[in-house]
Amino acid sequence: MSEVAQASNAIVGWTIAVGGIAPAIAIGLIGSKAVEAIGRNPEAAAKIQNNLILGFAFAEAIAIYALVVALILKFV
Amino acid sequence: MSDIINYRMALNISISAEPIAHLFGLTITNSLLTGWIVTAVLASSVYLFSRQIKEKGAPSRLQSLIEMIIEGLFGMVESIAGNAKARRFFPLVGTLFIFILFSNWSGLLPGLANIGFQGIHNGHEAFIPYWRAPTADINTTLALGLITMIMVQVYGYKYLGLKYFKKFFDFSNPINFFVGILELISDLSKVISFTFRLFGNIIAGEILLLVMAMLVPVLGTTPFIALEIFVGFIQALVFMMLASVFINMATLGHGDEHHE
Repeated sequence: MSEVAQASNAIVGWTIAVGGIAPAIAIGLIGSKAVEAIGRNPEAAAKIQNNLILGFAFAEAIAIYALVVALILKFV
Repeated sequence: MSDIINYRMALNISISAEPIAHLFGLTITNSLLTGWIVTAVLASSVYLFSRQIKEKGAPSRLQSLIEMIIEGLFGMVESIAGNAKARRFFPLVGTLFIFILFSNWSGLLPGLANIGFQGIHNGHEAFIPYWRAPTADINTTLALGLITMIMVQVYGYKYLGLKYFKKFFDFSNPINFFVGILELISDLSKVISFTFRLFGNIIAGEILLLVMAMLVPVLGTTPFIALEIFVGFIQALVFMMLASVFINMATLGHGDEHHE
């Protein structure tokens, strides 16, 4: 494997590793706050769950962008 | 080093859908073929089911089950948009949900990904399967995202009339003009976000399953297939809910955005 290929593999790894940090923190915060809110007010669980899934989707999208960039760097 | 190259060839990961046939100059990819099959199966089961719906008397077991699923989905859209609007949106977003759900799950059917032929793809020889989940192809998800965002504009026009487009083109003062440009960019970026969210999740799942099958050959993939069934469901749900939130936001005029 040439040095260029090794460097490119390292960059791919770093892309998804760094790109995963922020969404991981975001999803953790969203989940913890949602569980807290359901604990305070169990009757609102259905409404909170809807917003929880939407929040997850937006946070997770960032990780998916990083993943798509990594996949394009690796395979295209 | 040659081991790594062999693994990569054996892994056979392709980000783009492979063409399997040409019809009157139109390239037919494996994901397009699978999309047609999914559509045909869904359409024919809808046709067969709709012939035996009973409006009076005790419904059959199948009818009870399907009514339960549809009512659950409708309840979700209703909690976002309210009853009157949900009745208008639900045919669109509910169809999107069902099509995306079965497209996602079609990629998990065991064995089908192994039926194919050796062909040339992107300049080198590779194994080309006949079966590929439609949502694991960026063209499908782009089409779904475009349909959704165009329907958002259509519903906005339907509810607010020409006043809706004032959101984008407002010449009353420079600040509003600039905000209009931002609104345009925001709607364009929603198409991209719809596209990459669905595509990224499904392709990531397929690659995860392939890598796991390489690492632990026999039972290694079983828990991950369960995970992918869940992810496919959640992504279809997220697509439906985001679509109904965006449509609902477009139908609200300026100033009354804070009403429930």
